[in-house]
Formats: sequence, C-alpha cells, structure tokens
Amino acid sequence: MLSFVIRRTFYAIPALIAVSFISFMVIALPPGDFVDRLAQERAALGDTMTATEIQSLRAAYGLDRPVLTQYWTWISGIVLRGDFGYSFSWNLPVSEVIWPRIGLTVVLSVASLLFIWVVAIPIGIYSAVRRYSVGDYVFTFIGFLGLAIPNFLLALAVMYVAFTVFGQHVGGLFSPQYVEAPWSWGKVMDLFAHLWLPMIVLGTAGTANVIRVIRANLIDEVRKPYVTAARAKGMVETRLLLKYPVRHALNPFVSSQNDIFVDIISGGTIVAIVMGLQTTGPLLLDALRTQDMNMAASFILMLSVLVVLGTLLSDLVLGWLDPRIRYQQG
Amino acid sequence: MTSIDPSAPLAPTDDPVRGLGNESQWQLTWRKFVRHRLGVAGGIVVLLIYVVALIPEFLAPVTLEAYNPRYTLAPPQPFALGVQVEGDWQFRPHVKGYEAVIDYNSGRRIFTISDEEIIDIGLFVRGEPYRLLGLIESDLRLFGPLNAGDPFYLFGADRLGRDNFSRTIYGTRISMTIGLVGVAISLVLGILIGGISGLFGGLVDNLIQRNIEFIQSVPSIPLWIGLAAAIPANIPPLQVYFLITVILSILGWTSLARVVRGRFLAMRSEDFVKAARLDGCGPVRVIFRHMLPSFVSHIIAVVTLAIPGMILAETALSYLGIGLRTPIVSWGVLLQEAQNVRTIASAPWLLLPGAAVVISVLSLNFLGDGLRDAADPYDD
Amino acid sequence: MTSSDTLLDISDLSIDFTTRNGPVRVVDGLTLSLPRGKTVCLVGESGCGKSVTAKSILRVLDLQAKITSGTIRLGDSDITALHLDSPELRAVRGGKIGMIHQEPMSFLSPLYTVGNQIIEALQLHRKIDAKTARAAAIDMLRQVGMPEPETRVDRYVFELSGGQRQRAMIAMALICQPRLLIADEPTTALDVTTQANILDLLRRLQAEQGMAVLFITHDLGVVEEIADEVAVMYLGRIVEQGPAAEVLANPKHPYTRGLLASMPRLDGDFNRPLRAIPGMVPAPANRPSGCPFRTRCDIARAGICDTHVPEAVTVGTDHSAACHALGEFASQFALPATALQPAAVATNVSTAKALPLLRVERLTKVFPIRKGFLERTVGHVRAVSEVSFTIARGETLGLVGESGCGKSTLARTLVGLHRADGGTITFEAEDGPIDIHTAKGAIARTLRRDMRMVFQDPTGSLNPRMRVRDIIGEVLEVNTTMSRAEIYTRVEALLGEVGLSPDYATRYPHAFSGGQRQRIAIARALASNPRLVIADEAVSALDVSVQTQIINLMKRLQENLGLTYLFVSHDLGVIANVSDRVAVMYAGRIVEMGATEAIFHTPCHPYTEALLAAIPGKGRRMNPSLRIEGHAPSGGATERGCAFAVRCRYASTQCRSSVPVLRPTGSGQVVACHRADDLSLASPVRAA
Repeated sequence: MLSFVIRRTFYAIPALIAVSFISFMVIALPPGDFVDRLAQERAALGDTMTATEIQSLRAAYGLDRPVLTQYWTWISGIVLRGDFGYSFSWNLPVSEVIWPRIGLTVVLSVASLLFIWVVAIPIGIYSAVRRYSVGDYVFTFIGFLGLAIPNFLLALAVMYVAFTVFGQHVGGLFSPQYVEAPWSWGKVMDLFAHLWLPMIVLGTAGTANVIRVIRANLIDEVRKPYVTAARAKGMVETRLLLKYPVRHALNPFVSSQNDIFVDIISGGTIVAIVMGLQTTGPLLLDALRTQDMNMAASFILMLSVLVVLGTLLSDLVLGWLDPRIRYQQG
Repeated sequence: MTSIDPSAPLAPTDDPVRGLGNESQWQLTWRKFVRHRLGVAGGIVVLLIYVVALIPEFLAPVTLEAYNPRYTLAPPQPFALGVQVEGDWQFRPHVKGYEAVIDYNSGRRIFTISDEEIIDIGLFVRGEPYRLLGLIESDLRLFGPLNAGDPFYLFGADRLGRDNFSRTIYGTRISMTIGLVGVAISLVLGILIGGISGLFGGLVDNLIQRNIEFIQSVPSIPLWIGLAAAIPANIPPLQVYFLITVILSILGWTSLARVVRGRFLAMRSEDFVKAARLDGCGPVRVIFRHMLPSFVSHIIAVVTLAIPGMILAETALSYLGIGLRTPIVSWGVLLQEAQNVRTIASAPWLLLPGAAVVISVLSLNFLGDGLRDAADPYDD
Repeated sequence: MTSSDTLLDISDLSIDFTTRNGPVRVVDGLTLSLPRGKTVCLVGESGCGKSVTAKSILRVLDLQAKITSGTIRLGDSDITALHLDSPELRAVRGGKIGMIHQEPMSFLSPLYTVGNQIIEALQLHRKIDAKTARAAAIDMLRQVGMPEPETRVDRYVFELSGGQRQRAMIAMALICQPRLLIADEPTTALDVTTQANILDLLRRLQAEQGMAVLFITHDLGVVEEIADEVAVMYLGRIVEQGPAAEVLANPKHPYTRGLLASMPRLDGDFNRPLRAIPGMVPAPANRPSGCPFRTRCDIARAGICDTHVPEAVTVGTDHSAACHALGEFASQFALPATALQPAAVATNVSTAKALPLLRVERLTKVFPIRKGFLERTVGHVRAVSEVSFTIARGETLGLVGESGCGKSTLARTLVGLHRADGGTITFEAEDGPIDIHTAKGAIARTLRRDMRMVFQDPTGSLNPRMRVRDIIGEVLEVNTTMSRAEIYTRVEALLGEVGLSPDYATRYPHAFSGGQRQRIAIARALASNPRLVIADEAVSALDVSVQTQIINLMKRLQENLGLTYLFVSHDLGVIANVSDRVAVMYAGRIVEMGATEAIFHTPCHPYTEALLAAIPGKGRRMNPSLRIEGHAPSGGATERGCAFAVRCRYASTQCRSSVPVLRPTGSGQVVACHRADDLSLASPVRAA
C-alpha cells in the first residue's frame, strides 16, 4: 500500500510540470501583452505613450525577455520561494492576492462536493433500489434538468428569485461590512450564511451526475452473482445491500469524483464571475482581459494543482477501497 | 395397434430459425432505439431545432437587426388563438397591444398589456426580403402581425427594442452549429489519435493515454477562458466563430479518442476479426469492413452526447464576453443582455434564450442516451 | 421410499419468467424429492430450467422469475410460503441448505477476503465471537483441502487458483453444516484433474457430514461418478428419474437415451459413431404442445405426443419416466429398431504410412511479459516450446490438454495468427512444400485457402453485421477471381453441405442458434476447398446433443472431402471419438503422442495417466492415488527439468534437472518422460 501511495504521488509530478508550462504558455504566447494593452488604454484617453516609454516599461516588467526565460523566472520563483511574480495591474505581488482567493475557492469547492454527496448518494441508492418507481422517475428527470442548465444561468435564476422574492441582493461570499475585515468568528458565520447558494448552484450538475453514476452501477451490482450468493447465506436484505452492492458501487463512484471535482473547479470560475464571489473566477477573468500575465498564469496553475491533488486523492482512496488495484499495481 | 387411427410418426423438425433474420444491424438498432421513448422524443425535438437552425429567416417574424426604440424592454405579449365575442368564441389569433407610460423617475417606459388593442397574427405574411438557404429569394414569413409594423414581441424586447423571439430563432443557427462543428473537429482528432492508440498499442498507446488523462484533468473552463481571451478583438466575426470551435475541440476530442481506442482494442481480440485475417483480408479491409462498422453506432451516440457540452461551453464563454461577439448572434450572446440582477429583475424575459439552451441540451442528452442504449443491438 | 427418509420434497413446482411478451413458463409442474444423505443429480442441457429450480429452493430467484404454483417442503415447513424477508427463510438459507455455484470468481466478492465471507456465513447462523469464528473458518478450509488455510483465509478470491476458489466456496456453504447442499454445476468451469479432486472432496464431505446433495450438471460422466439418484430434466419437467445405476444402464425416456447415445464414450470402440438428438432445446416461450420433447423425438406419434402431456409412469423400482411410449398408448408405438443405425462412417483407415500434410519442427512461441509505462519486457512465457509433430493426409490429430497448456496458442501459430519465435512449419501443398513463415503473395494465398480454422465461440467468430453469404464467401472474394454470382452459388452449395437451408444465405448470424452458427463457421472454413482444417475447441461451447451433431458433421465432411483435421480440445471423450492419433500437451510441450488406442489404453506418461484417471465416471473404479494435486503452471514451459515433476508421483531427481525429450516407446507412441521405460502405468480406459 505504501509503495502504491508513493508511486501515485510520483506520477503527479510530471502532470504538475506540464500544467504549469501550459498555463504560462496559454497566456504568454498569443500576440500582445500587458504593456500593449496599457498603451492602447492610454491612447484611448489621449495620452499616447512613446516607443521608449513602452520599451522601458516592458523591460521593467521583464516582458522583453524570451518567453522561456520568463517561464523559468516565474516557475522557479514559485517552486523555490513561493513567489508568484508581480501583478502588473494590481501593483502587488501575486501571492498577496492569490492565496485568500485560492483558500475561498477550496472552501467553496469542498462545500459543493459535500453537498453533492449528501444529496446524491441517498437519492442514487433509492433510485436504484426502487427502480421505475415514481420517485425514481422524478429524480431522474430532475437529474437530466440539472445537467442541462448551464451553471451561470442557474446562478442568474437563483439570484433573480432571491432578488424579487426576498428583496435581497445575493452575491459575494460576505456581507459588505466583512469583505475587507480580518478573519473573525463573525466573518466565518457570515461566510457560511452566504456560501450555501453558490454551493447549491455549483453542486447541481455534479449531483445529477453522481445520481446517475450510483444508480447505473448499483443496478448492475444488485444483479451480480455474489449478491445471490450472499442472499443464499441468509443475510438480511438491508445489510446485504450495504455490504455488497453499495460497497462495490463505491469504486466507480470514487473514480467518478475526479471528473466531478474538475467540473466544480471549472464551473466555479463562471459561477464566481456571475455571482461576484471573492474566489479565483472574477480575478482570473480580469487578469486575462488586462493580460496581467503572472496573475492569470498563477491562477490557472493553482486551479490545475487543486485538480491534480484531487485526482491524486481519489486515486489513493480508490486504491484503499479496492484490493484489486492495490495488488495489481502496488 | 389395431382399432385406433393409425398414428403417423412425427418427424423430428429442423432447428427453428429465430425471426426472419434478415434485419441488418441498422434495422435492429433502429428497432431498439424506437423502444426508448425519451430518446425518440429527444430526437424529434433535436430534429425540429435543426430545422429552425436551417431556415430562421422564414420562421422569425422579423429580421435579426430590426429594432424599434419605442418598445425598448417591452415585456412578452401573451398569445391567444381566439376572442370572446358576445359570449361566443371566435377564431382570431392575436396578441394584445401595449400601453406605455413614461416613468419620469427612471426615464424609462413602463409597459402594461392593453386589454382593448388587439394585434392580429396571420400565417405567411410578407416582410423584409431574404434568401432562404442562400438560394431562394422570398419575403414570406411563417407568421407575424397582419398589419406590418405593429409591435409583436412574444419573448419581449431587449434594450434596443429588438424582438427577443426572432433573435433567439436566429441564435439557434450559431449555437447549434457550433456544437456540430466543434464535435466534427473533435471527431477527426479523436478517430485519428484514438485509432493510432488502439491499433498500435504498446508504448504509443501508453503515451497517448497518459496525455489524454492529463488533458482531462486540466480544469477546462479556466483554460478555455484563457484561450478565448487571447483571441484579438479586431479579427472578423467568422474567424472568431472558427477559433472558438477549435478552442472547444482542443479539450473535447479526448473522450472520443478513448471510445475509439477502447473499441479498436476490443475488436482486435474479437474472433470474427481474427477470422477475417485468416480469410486473407488486409489491414485496410479488416478496419473498414469489420472493425469500423461494429462501432460506428457507438461513435454516433458518443458524438451526440458530446454536442451539449460544446453548446454549454460556447454559451458560457459568449455570456462572459470572451466568446462570440455581435454581429454573430448565439444564445450566449443574447444572454449577455442579462448581465446583472437588476436588469434581470426588470426584464426577466431576457433569460428566455437560456430556455432554448436548456431544451436543446436536454433533448440532445435524451437522444444520446437512447442511441447509446441502442448502439449494440445484439446484447439482449 | 418412506417419507421419513425424505429431506426435501418439491411438488408440482411451476416458475414463470416475466418477459416483454408476457409470462413464459420455465419450470412446469416439477416434482422431485431429495432423500437424506444421498446425492441426487439433476441433469439436462442448458435452457432446461435446472438452475432456476435450484435457486427457487432458496428463494433466490432473479427478479423476473416468479413461483406460480407448487410447494417445496423442508421438514414441516413449506419454503414457498415463507415471506421473503422472514427470519425463517433466512434460517433455511445457509443454515439448513447451503449452495455452491459454477463460477466462484463471480459468486465470491473480490472486495472481501474469503475468510471474511466464510466467517460472515457462520456468524449469520451461530452466536459466536470473531476469534472462534475465524478458527472455525480455518478449520473448515482445512477440511475442504485448502493448502495452508491459515494464510489463505486472508486472501482475496482473485489470488487463489480455480480449484482453491471452488474449495473456498464449498467451505462457505458448509460452515454451518447444512442438511442439504445444492451444487449448481460446481465443476463445469474446472479442468478435468481439478474437477476430479472437487468431486472426490464433495463425496467425502457428504459421507462425513451425512448431508444430502442436489447436484446439477449437464455431464453424464459426472452423474455416473457421483449420483445415487438421477433426475433428467427437459424444458422445465422431470422426464425420467430413478437410481443412477438403473437409469444410466437402462434408460427409458427417448431424451435420456438420446443424451447417452450422443455422449462420447471411452469404453469399447472410441470411434464408434455417435447418435445425435436432432435439433436443439427450444426456447421456453416456444414450448411444444403435448410432450415437450416430441419435436426432437424419433418415435413421436401424431395425435398422441402433440396433444397429450405425458404422465410419469413407473418402469422399475423407484424408476419412472414420462413418455407415452411407456404408458397407456404404448401399443401404438412400434418398437424402435434396437440397433439405431447412424449414417455409416467409414472406419478410419490406418494412416501411419500416409504422406505428411503438415510438418512442424521445434516450433516455439514466446510471449513477453511487459510492465510499467515504458512497456519494458520483464519476463517471458514460453507458451509453446520446441513442439514437433506431423499430420498425415486424411487423418485427424487430436491435441488435448488442460487450460493454459498452450494448445490454442499452438493452433493459432500454425494458421499465422501468432508469429512463431522459432522452428519451422512446412505445409505440403499441391505444388510442393511451403514454409509457412516465408510464404508471400500467391503462395500465401494458396496457404490461406488450404489451411482453415474453426473457432470455439460460434457467436464471436461470425461478424454480426454481415450476411451469412458474405461471411462464408469472404475468403473467396479476397483470394480468388470468382465473380459475386459464382461465390453466392458456391455459398448456397456449402450451406447444403453443412446441413442448413440455402435460403439462410441472406440472413444475419443473430438469427441462428449456437449449433447452426458453428455449421456456418464450418461452411466458411470449407469455402476455399481447404486440405487442412484446424478446429480450436470447435465443439466445446455447445450442448452435448448439438456437440454430437457437429462432430458427426465434421466426420462426414472429412470422409466426403478428404479433409485433414487438427482437432484441439480439452475434452478427452471428444478427442477419443474423433482422433486417429492424439497428442497430449502440458506446459507448452507435447508430453505424449501416439495412436488413439495406445494413448487411452497404454499411456506412457504420468500426466496422461492422471488425465485419464480424472475422467468423470471412472473415478469409483480407480485408485484415488492417481489424482494429481495443484494446477498446471501458468508460466508456460520450464527450461530446467520436467514441468510436470512437481505434481508427478514418480518424479526422480533427474526429472527436476533435465528436460525430457520425446522418444519412442515399446507400445508405439512417443513420450517425453525420463522414467517411461521403468514405469508401468495403468489406464482406467479398458478395451471392450
């Protein structure tokens, strides 16, 4: 088991290197940079920058060097010193901006994941056991709907309902008085009071997915011969259901959590933009629009790191759950 | 054996043949698909949506750009088939007119639906001329106000007084084709790379699989946003359209490649493929006559299930303002109008193009599920 | 028998399956009683409702199956009347009645250790603490002959060999000492030597525990080996039942007689033509009216068999059969000719002097074991190692061995599905010898037409998306210049030759039964007028009556077309029946080869001896010390010593150090055994 853990962890390293490289190149390679953008904006205001001004600004930001050198400076800073570089548009080190945002992203993502599990697992089991019942049909239909509604549309709809019905402007993760405030008990409670709405919005598609995965796998599992064998031993049905089919269906469930987590991180970006959450999404979009390179690349990198860590975790859990994987690969 | 009737021996009969046995794979697949009612319903809706995408000029009451500043943000008009005339119901399709009051606080018009004014609606009315499918010149519209120029806003109007309904119909073309084009590009990549992976196996397969796993573990939307944001602002809209499809396909081909690879690997060990090799079929004949026909149906199902993802992604990118841009109109572009809660609260009908997204994604998912279940007609 | 001897009494049991086209009866008024402490075998081909009957006793039927009438009495209680979730029923399941199945791999969960599952079975029925339960489980594993039970108890099912898995499952079923054990084809998936051991074990446990066994099988040899009583089932009914010795020696029902006549036998003349039951078991939905067997019965009479359901008639002590020919209508059935005349098959001419058609010399096939991301080769499996033999024109060479011995790899290497890693294969074509390795162009095409293969699985080997005529005609389309019309004419003629209607040419494979599909596969093999046909387990997937039809067809074709066969099978009975000469394979090497009579009557290799001793139906007469333990090595041929040495009772030090080579013996065969000269081996197969 230990060698399995080490091997899996080791596998994650090339993925992380590749992710960092791609994140940076996606931002750096396309034509135009932050200085071009700045010059354009100034020009629009009637304040044309001279070629020398532009040149010196580029040199100051390090944008005149070859792309690979820029990448190396950036990534070595992160790995060696935890330094994500300097944000051009914020005039701050990226790390000062990024960490609180990443933290809240993790909080929101994990909350959504928990929400999905709490809602989807019981419904999935119910749907499989009471197959073709009214409840099964209702949940299946809601599931389809949940998959078909784009995240941002759901966010808009929820905000619209909250606004018209409750007269309340829902948005953000904090009430105005706490946004800039340091962490306190009150701020934490305020966060939880705001968290549930984006959590539901973000969790809907995943919930629908998980219900489908659990239902389909459980329906397969309850027909398996080992269930007949266990029944023929004289087991009580509920205990049998939990010990054999549900336990077996847990494996495909765990491996599907990978994709669900990717979707949460991914979809969270858009939901955050629409709902104005203090997570990574809105800043990433801004950074991209202003071509604030270090900032944008760092955000994409950190989101990918979260996903790679999630994948690693689910692989480890799967290895722990399934002796076949342990014995064949470890 | 004397008195009773001479019992003739019953000859043992030959093995009975099940059914006629003349149905080909496609006939069997079709029969199995037809039994999947949701799938069939989804298929019909998808078909209708693509008809809309083909001839929006004929179906939309007004053109894409038609606007009327007198009706900015006018709410949807309820449609009725008839009127009550002295207690009798009379067939007279119509919508109600508007009464507008200027709200001097906000400087906006406040519309109420008038009970008196009736705007008659008719079939095949004349409007702006257009070319249907780029070929047939016409000015006929499927339906519209009999008295040209009357306000007719089934889905309400946007802030420039454009008809949300007509624009949603025009948006169908872009939104639905971007899914198709994106999936087509993904399919070419998927078949090529998946085929190489599945046919060669070994190290090549291993490398490709690790890469696919990696791509699938990258959070797609941030990457899409990154790539889409890199499209320069000044390039022509048509190029934007193609760049966006390419961006969506960059991450979209992986699942198709996995299916193709999995099928090729499974096929390689099928006895009938070995038998074909022994019959002397070369690799090309084995692939195109024996392997591919066996999983075309699976690919069609997977492709159908991949389209919704593309549609959703395009909608999201366009909504964020980094996808398609005007003058190209997709559902996502239309939804840009609903940028904040206040706008939505005063004009919730601006979210109606979203309903088109949900319906098309839903029916594509139903259709895809039905096709997937029917893809292997021999397993029961 | 008196009722106090009866343990379980099934009376008038009917079970329906719910299908899309309404209910279908799969068990139809079955009546059967199981006496205490005896073994009752329930026999029949697949689709007869044997397993459904077994499952109904524990009420573990699948969802679509419903018991519609009848009672199953265990002592005073009727199991069919118990509520599905009642404690009484749970006490029966596992407590009073245990059950084992065909495939332990799928009937045991791979997520829990076998110990966990055995202990669970015990704790469900006894108030017992974990430590005692574990000790009991280890003890039980020891009783069922599991090697090293203390460590095996913590193993997962996928870590055990096939025989060990079945032992674990038996331990799980017997840990609560049930009064009845239901065994549903428990040895069907096992190799013959392992099957013999498991049958021995079951017989021993039955004697020790004094339990009754309901043993379900399709194999009459197994019945002969283990049964006290036998009940023959056809389409959901018992057609004949009685004491095993009586029923097997003196069968009354045409179905039982047909089954016995179609079973390849090892006593007497091996090559004696077998008589097949025509047709196949109809689907339960198409149950014929009257007597369900009438559509395949050679004595059925119109006006009786198709209108009246036969009642069971007593034909001897405790022996009854349900056939009109034995009951009140008996007078109307002319006695069937006592000597059933099958199509005359010419006795095989001596082929010793015939010219060779295929010469194989030192053929070797090695599979690399790859591991890790870079697919590094970390080892090799010598699946076929330095195998040499010849096949003469017009003869049938039988290649026999247990699973994993390399026989299929050998067959596939011969036809070119694998590339050989060493040795030569020479085919004597009409215009001179062809080296199979180097054949190219026109010569390769000749070879493809002359050497053809028939696969085991008739479903998988026919492309479901092509019409029968395109499947059969493909070899002609690719390798000849025949026009499409010519090909179709030829295909129709071929269909007639394999006993199918030419009308079937335009149909797709899914319309046909397993036996019909195998006929189509044979027609495909024959399309190019081949000279050598390699049949790789070609009849193994078929029911016994259909298997015999195909064997007879292949023999007839051989005679008519002068074919040469390489017949690969794990079934010694089939091999004995079809072969002129037999080669026995073990761990990638041929260990013994010679004329069929010689191999079966005077085996010279200890492995051949053990194989023959394991043939079911012979065990009771044999010295049990001839059983071999363990299983064939999975790593292919060894390069040091004799691969069989670890399981061989006669092994000497020389056997462990040097590889024996094939050399002739006094009795006319060749054998690869260091001790061949000083051993005198026994054969359970006696000449008539």
